[in-house]
Amino acid sequence: MTKAKDRSIDKASQQMLKRAEAEDKQLAWDRLEAMEPQCGFGTLGICCKVCSMGPCRIDPFGDGPQEGVCGANKDTIAARNLLRHIAAGAAAHSDHGRDVAHTLLIAAEGKTHHYGIIDEKKLHDIARIYDIKTEGRSKEDIAKDLAHAALAEFGNQEGELKMIARAPESRKKVWRKLGVMPRGIDREIVESMHRVNMGVDADYKNVINHGIRCSLGDGWGGSMIATDLQDIMLGSPKPVRAKVNLGVLKEDQVNIIVHGHEPTLSEMAVKAAKDPELLALAQKYGAKGINIAGMCCTANEILMRHGVPVAGDFLQQELAIVTGAVELMMVDVQCIMPALSSLATCFHTKLVTTSYKAKYPGVEHIQFNEEEAYEIACKIIRMGVENFKKRKKERVDIPKYEMDLVAGFTAEYVFHMLGGKYRATYRPLNDAIISGRVRGVAGVVGCNNPKIKHDWAHIEMVKELIKHDVLVLQTGCSAIACAKAGLMTPGDALKLTGPGLREVCEAVGIPPVLHLGSCVDNSRILIAASEVLKEGGLGGDLCDLPAAGAAPEWMSEKAITIGFYVIASGIFTVFGGDMPVKGSENVTRYITEELDSIIGGKFAFEADPIKAAHMMIDHINKKRAALKLNPMMYEPAKKEAKEEATAGAN
Amino acid sequence: MSKIVATAVINGANKIVTECEEFLNKAIKEKGESQKVEFPDTAFYLPMANALLGAEVKTLGEMKPILKEAKSLLHTPPSEHLWLPYLGDTLDSGIGTLLAEEMICVLRYLYGQEPQVDCEGFFSDTILRTLGIQLVDGRMPGFAAVLGAAPDNKTAVEIVREYQKRSILCFVGCSTNGRSIIDQLKEEGVEMGWDAYIVPFGRDTISAIYPLHWAIRGALTFGGHKKGEALKCLTYCKNRVFAFGVTLGALDDMKYATGAGAINMGFPIIADTDIPEIRPTGICTYEHLVSEKDHKKIVPTSIEVRGVKVKISEIPIPVSYSPAFEGERVRREQMFVQFGGKYSDAFEFVTAKDLNDVEDGKISVVGIETDKMEDGKAYPLGVLVEVAGRKMQKDFEPILERQIHSFLNEAMGIFHMGQRNMCWVRISKVAHEKGFKLAHFGTILHARMHEVFGAIVDKCQVTILTNEADVKKHMEGAIKVYNERDERMAGMTDESVDTFMSCQLCQSFAPNHLCVIKPERLGLCGAYSYLDAKASFELTPTGPNQPIKKGECIDPVKGEWKGINEFIYQKSNKTLERFHGYSIMDFCETSCGCFECIVAILPEVNGFMIVNREYSGMTPCGMKFTTLAGSVGGGAQTPGFMGIGRLYIVSKKFISADGGLKRIVWMPKEMKEALGDKLKKRCEELGDPDLVNKIADETNATTMEELMPYLEKVKHPASSMPALI
Repeated sequence: MTKAKDRSIDKASQQMLKRAEAEDKQLAWDRLEAMEPQCGFGTLGICCKVCSMGPCRIDPFGDGPQEGVCGANKDTIAARNLLRHIAAGAAAHSDHGRDVAHTLLIAAEGKTHHYGIIDEKKLHDIARIYDIKTEGRSKEDIAKDLAHAALAEFGNQEGELKMIARAPESRKKVWRKLGVMPRGIDREIVESMHRVNMGVDADYKNVINHGIRCSLGDGWGGSMIATDLQDIMLGSPKPVRAKVNLGVLKEDQVNIIVHGHEPTLSEMAVKAAKDPELLALAQKYGAKGINIAGMCCTANEILMRHGVPVAGDFLQQELAIVTGAVELMMVDVQCIMPALSSLATCFHTKLVTTSYKAKYPGVEHIQFNEEEAYEIACKIIRMGVENFKKRKKERVDIPKYEMDLVAGFTAEYVFHMLGGKYRATYRPLNDAIISGRVRGVAGVVGCNNPKIKHDWAHIEMVKELIKHDVLVLQTGCSAIACAKAGLMTPGDALKLTGPGLREVCEAVGIPPVLHLGSCVDNSRILIAASEVLKEGGLGGDLCDLPAAGAAPEWMSEKAITIGFYVIASGIFTVFGGDMPVKGSENVTRYITEELDSIIGGKFAFEADPIKAAHMMIDHINKKRAALKLNPMMYEPAKKEAKEEATAGAN
Repeated sequence: MSKIVATAVINGANKIVTECEEFLNKAIKEKGESQKVEFPDTAFYLPMANALLGAEVKTLGEMKPILKEAKSLLHTPPSEHLWLPYLGDTLDSGIGTLLAEEMICVLRYLYGQEPQVDCEGFFSDTILRTLGIQLVDGRMPGFAAVLGAAPDNKTAVEIVREYQKRSILCFVGCSTNGRSIIDQLKEEGVEMGWDAYIVPFGRDTISAIYPLHWAIRGALTFGGHKKGEALKCLTYCKNRVFAFGVTLGALDDMKYATGAGAINMGFPIIADTDIPEIRPTGICTYEHLVSEKDHKKIVPTSIEVRGVKVKISEIPIPVSYSPAFEGERVRREQMFVQFGGKYSDAFEFVTAKDLNDVEDGKISVVGIETDKMEDGKAYPLGVLVEVAGRKMQKDFEPILERQIHSFLNEAMGIFHMGQRNMCWVRISKVAHEKGFKLAHFGTILHARMHEVFGAIVDKCQVTILTNEADVKKHMEGAIKVYNERDERMAGMTDESVDTFMSCQLCQSFAPNHLCVIKPERLGLCGAYSYLDAKASFELTPTGPNQPIKKGECIDPVKGEWKGINEFIYQKSNKTLERFHGYSIMDFCETSCGCFECIVAILPEVNGFMIVNREYSGMTPCGMKFTTLAGSVGGGAQTPGFMGIGRLYIVSKKFISADGGLKRIVWMPKEMKEALGDKLKKRCEELGDPDLVNKIADETNATTMEELMPYLEKVKHPASSMPALI
């Protein structure tokens, strides 16, 4: 009996899982099985090893020790562990943002000719946030000032982040009152590390409140800088057509996978793949071309801007290699499984690391730098092309599954999408919510996790949401999962969509599920929510909006950080699995109940995606009722149809 | 499906812009770039290009950048499968179409091809000034562009007549299958022209730009927007110019493209064919593209879709109609017939229905009319008014119903008293002789409901019942609703709502004063209850009554909320910082000067007295109403003194933080009687049914010296309550 069907609902993945099983290749699922039973203390978040008096662990059943050697109880330990996760997640996103700001700076200074300033309008819009003079200045001058200003956000020590000025006033008031306005992006991360050090912060509420501050420095700081500066430098996405899933790998071409998170290198790889010299070389070796396909968030970046095909999401990184058709996989940072290096040796696939921050033993490293970006990309691609020779035809097994999608939505594009150039507006969206055509908006984001059947939770949840007229905004691997299921097609996906949302999608020409980009692009969701609020008629603060968030298959610390800045932005958020806090009732209660009245948002943990979807729908309904919005336009009709259907069945 | 529309629009725009480009190139080739071009009698050059792009086009050469912009707005139509979002592209194509059509028309002027035979062509600025102002200030409810050709001449005539009846200006033009409504109307001998409110502009689709760039000039002339402020000009049209397009016959790509241009301006399209509808709202106020295949319904549907507020300027009844007749009485000897009072059953009832269930202007009389009635007799009467509106709420029904009294009274020779099932109506002999009938009640009510409540009433139909059995049956139902309404208002508490209402009506003379109207505390003038204020807000959203979010409750006993404090601070010109809704002792609410009564502290007896405006005598505080009024009004917080509306006295929240009604030691007799049962009931609720008698009036005391022993004698509860000071 194959385990493939229990491990993934994606047909392409199942095919590769079967192959790996047959060939006895160990994948994430197998390693998870080997790891079980996983540590209960870790799962509950009540083990502590921050000092060498420990490791300490609290007995969750109350029989054994209830305090560590230093006296830290389960509340302190769980909260400190949580803050550590938040800081790590914020660090990852923000370091990405910092690199982007740095690239913009050297581009503006003319030190690299590989990157330019493509979206001048956005440059001006963002410069304005930083009070940078734009009139009569060259785009390079403005960009230089902007890059400096953005870099200064990381080291800022006093006052407030500048970027967060974009949040609605009402929200900023809440943050200021609670004392969680981030001062500097790095400062809040460093302070987190200080607080979780032995013998510092022991009040779980105080610890978590700082976690909020740190996460806001990510969502409204580091991540937002990453998104906006990338748009300026690489161009703001506009809707594009593309294909997704392992089927995008080509039997007759050199397949190169770009995996990781930052678009600086992958952009160059896309260009380099069109290099005539390299194409000629490829042809020389019998390949018809060079096929670049993305994996994880770097896939989302080049998908959004260029429509480059997406090979898969997080749990497909190993499966891509199992196809035997990948000549080279280049990786930069984040979500790269160390397991790739040994798996690649079982096939002809060459693995190349490119960031000095992320090296893997035994893996060839080619350091990327912006000054020679294109040349480095060419060098790596050339390695891939050369490696085509080593491809064993009989070992190639590319699943024939690929799906169409439309991606490339941004908070700024909505204006044009709904009103064109002359009536640019969010009004039709607000109207649709107010009139009861669209119930509300949900952000469904996050990772894959082998503990949950691959892609299943994302797809089931999103289907349930659109069926109930909830417009879904997506980023990250969640977006890739739903794209594979065809939920990002403007035609077929509408068959699964509630009548009100469908009517709006048909009027606009969009799928019911919108792809907004990579995981740093969750900042786009924050800006879109702020624009909806500004358009009016849906309350006075983000927490009034009929909106909810979810990360149904989360695994990364980054997801925890995202979750925190989303609830801190007033949006109820459901996580697919528990956060490691359940060992402390107090911490659990604080983040799943009490925070709601303090900051207007809270978490829920629910592994069943349908139940989780209904928690979101109920929350949206509650917000609709509080805003006294019209009842859902087609609700009674739907009820009748249901009755008819059951009558018919009898 | 919208995609079909998007495809048609984008294709149509491509055709029209290409036609424009070819025409312009030809003109430049033949006449040179410096050749002057202009529309007759306008200071706005090419008005659409002027409004949207700020361009001042005077020559052929100067049209080139406009063409460039129009071309930049063209897109490829959505693909068969996996299409990209098309709404934005469709709207862009619409604007491109308008710019191109305008250029084609001005080129036609250059070549002497416009105006077309029997057509107005370009609408001059003079017309804009004379008619446009009526259009934007609401005197003229809106304009319709009727495009194409009706299936037959009779239908064409009927449609324009229906608009005429509603004072809606009708632009007619374009063609369907080579036939134009202009010729249909001409053949039927319909008089056309500005005075007739039917204006033929041209027989092809391109010329449909005339009404559109006439409308955009409204934004520049009356809206005060500057040339080039495209978004402002377009949204001005959406919000202020109630125009819409009605298409008759099949739509081609060019008509679709022009329609998309109109939609950019907020003007929806209603078609008589089976087109794919676009119902979600946002660019227009309501639906964008609607199909109405029934020609009998196309006029009301178009009015509803655009949200045109129909005004009936003159009420067609055989007697004079004016507020001057409101107080007129019809005495027994002048009376022809009467209804209600103590003579027969009569009731009047306003109920809100679904938009689809009301046929606007339908008036029916069920039972005998006045011509079958005998002089001097009483007959049963039921006046059933059914209204519908997108903004209509159940809560407004009683407010509309209450106005029936003055609406009917203002007709000469009609006398009306009371309300609900306690109304009493007489029709005078004179009115009867002039031909006044019961159906005219319907005419009056229909017209006035639209006029006064236009913001909430979109449709109104009236049924008059004179048949005993019908009246009885419907009255029973109505009484049930009356009771429910009473309960609803009575059941409404300050706690049951999250929003109070402000009233800043009196800021014209008391600039720092505002009333906070709550379900349990009406405005101090007595004229505005919570529901009245809410309705007033719906009627005039920017008017003197605004919703105030209560926000966080700071003190439930004294009645202090954060949201209220923030609001009054802003709206009192930052002079007031806090309000205590239920206390007169600290941070009490202010008074303008319109209060019905004044509550004043009597420290000697640990209580308060109330004096009403009508009472001119001396009061135990040593001051008459007028003297007291001088020290209470003007928007200042004066602890211990406050102006209130009468009905607040019997509210549970009446100075509840200070002890409520039990603190009242004196009020004029007349007021006690006026409050009557309500006061008694409230005393009973307080567990002191005898309190009414314990409260002194001018027959017991008019000075403190007289008051003190009286209160002691009746054992007034105030003396045993905690000290006020």
